[in-house]
Amino acid sequence: MKKIVEISNINLNYHTLQGETQAIKDLSLDIYNGEFISIVGPSGCGKSTLLSLISGILKPSSGTITINGNQVDGPSENVGYMLQKDHLFEWRTIMKNVVIGLEVKNKLNKSTLEFVERLLNEYGLGDFKDFHPHQLSGGMRQRAALIRTLATNPDILLLDEPFSALDYQTRLAISEEIWLIIKKEKKTAILVTHDISEAIAMADRVVVLTKRPGEIKSIHEIILTCNYKTPIKCREAPEFRVYFNEIWKELDIHV
Amino acid sequence: MFNKDQQTIPVSKDHVEFLKKIKLTKIAIKTSQLSLFIFIFLFWEIAAINKWIDPFIMSQPTRIIKTIINLSKDGTLYLHTGVTIYETIVGFLSGTILGTLIAIILWWSDFTAKVLDPYLVVLNALPKTALGPIILVWIGGTTQSIIVMALLVSIVVTILNVYTGFIACDEDKIKLLKTFGATKFQILKKVILPANISNIISVLKINVGLSLVGVIVGEFLVSKSGLGYLIIYGGQVFKMDLVMTSVIILSAVAALLYLAVHWLERKIGNIK
Repeated sequence: MKKIVEISNINLNYHTLQGETQAIKDLSLDIYNGEFISIVGPSGCGKSTLLSLISGILKPSSGTITINGNQVDGPSENVGYMLQKDHLFEWRTIMKNVVIGLEVKNKLNKSTLEFVERLLNEYGLGDFKDFHPHQLSGGMRQRAALIRTLATNPDILLLDEPFSALDYQTRLAISEEIWLIIKKEKKTAILVTHDISEAIAMADRVVVLTKRPGEIKSIHEIILTCNYKTPIKCREAPEFRVYFNEIWKELDIHV
Repeated sequence: MFNKDQQTIPVSKDHVEFLKKIKLTKIAIKTSQLSLFIFIFLFWEIAAINKWIDPFIMSQPTRIIKTIINLSKDGTLYLHTGVTIYETIVGFLSGTILGTLIAIILWWSDFTAKVLDPYLVVLNALPKTALGPIILVWIGGTTQSIIVMALLVSIVVTILNVYTGFIACDEDKIKLLKTFGATKFQILKKVILPANISNIISVLKINVGLSLVGVIVGEFLVSKSGLGYLIIYGGQVFKMDLVMTSVIILSAVAALLYLAVHWLERKIGNIK
């Protein structure tokens, strides 16, 4: 398979008046085209920071990140970011919300609009495009946020705990839906999450980070025996529990 | 989620009672408000007729009505009220627009905001009416100096309130736009300003009152027309009927301007 993201030996230090904090230490990771990667780790280990680095809104103190062979330097065309909350703008309709990325990139034209219309119709928001966000349920809003990310047609999706603001049932349903959409649109995805089950259920590989400064502790290739590999079905696989226990132990959480 | 679904439930007897009770309370409040108004003016009138108070000093409602009729006959009422309204609207619009522009500059450059911070704090604490005589000398006894007065009273509050709203904007919303590669101007146009519309309108509400203060003080100091002028003139020649009449018209003007902004707020709220 083709490598799409290459992270090599990156370090990141934060500077504050109190001193210097090492957030990420000597981290290297290759991600392949079409892969779904989950990143788990203790709180404050630099998971979200890693996504900011890949998206180009933060620069590493040292080391390089390349996407499709090009070094990341500033917000990249190929990357779409999905945040914890949907952050749909209340003053815009759903249609106006999902095209905001195209607007910012000055790419609002007939073909991109058709593409967005197709996404909205295909993923059940076609009838709601003239609604305002407060008229939609939490799950629909999160789907709209995904379409906003897909609208600029990125190759890689960065998902920064995108389900954590939802209640548990909605969360299961929406993570399934979003996983299916991502697979159908053939995107590469990197998911940051606190939820070990979610990480295993959605991913091809789970990356476990250490406490700060974040380093890679281990990488688990997830191979589950289930007929249709979708996040909810996967949870029934016998190996699921084994992966869960292994990762839980590695996270080494003491409260 | 959708209101359509909720309307099909049949209305129970309890619910009818509940709605009735709320309606009755509403009517009681309105009636009391009106009665209080009538009571105050009636009591004032009776007190003046029975010489409990001196109508020459305290005036009385019938004399005020007479004054209003006389003033409107020769058109002076409309002239003075019009002048005050005009000065207030120009003052508070320019105060709001200029204040918002300065707030944008402060948001744009964090360095400028930090440098200007102590100056804004002092200017905010300073009673702007104290600057009246200075403006009078610099600009002269004209309508312009009254408008400048109204602008001065409202601009610092505008800058501080709007700027606070700007920097309180959700960081993640800004981050979202940054991931699309947005420029600072795009962030301003697409997030900061639309997110702050209701904040700016509430500043507008404060500014109507403040600008009116500026206008009246300005008219006290310099003018030949306006309600402030009528009040000061009435006081000087000891025509308390004129003073009271002007004050009452002034309250009506203040209420109307406030209602106009309130209407604007609701209108924009509906669009959202």
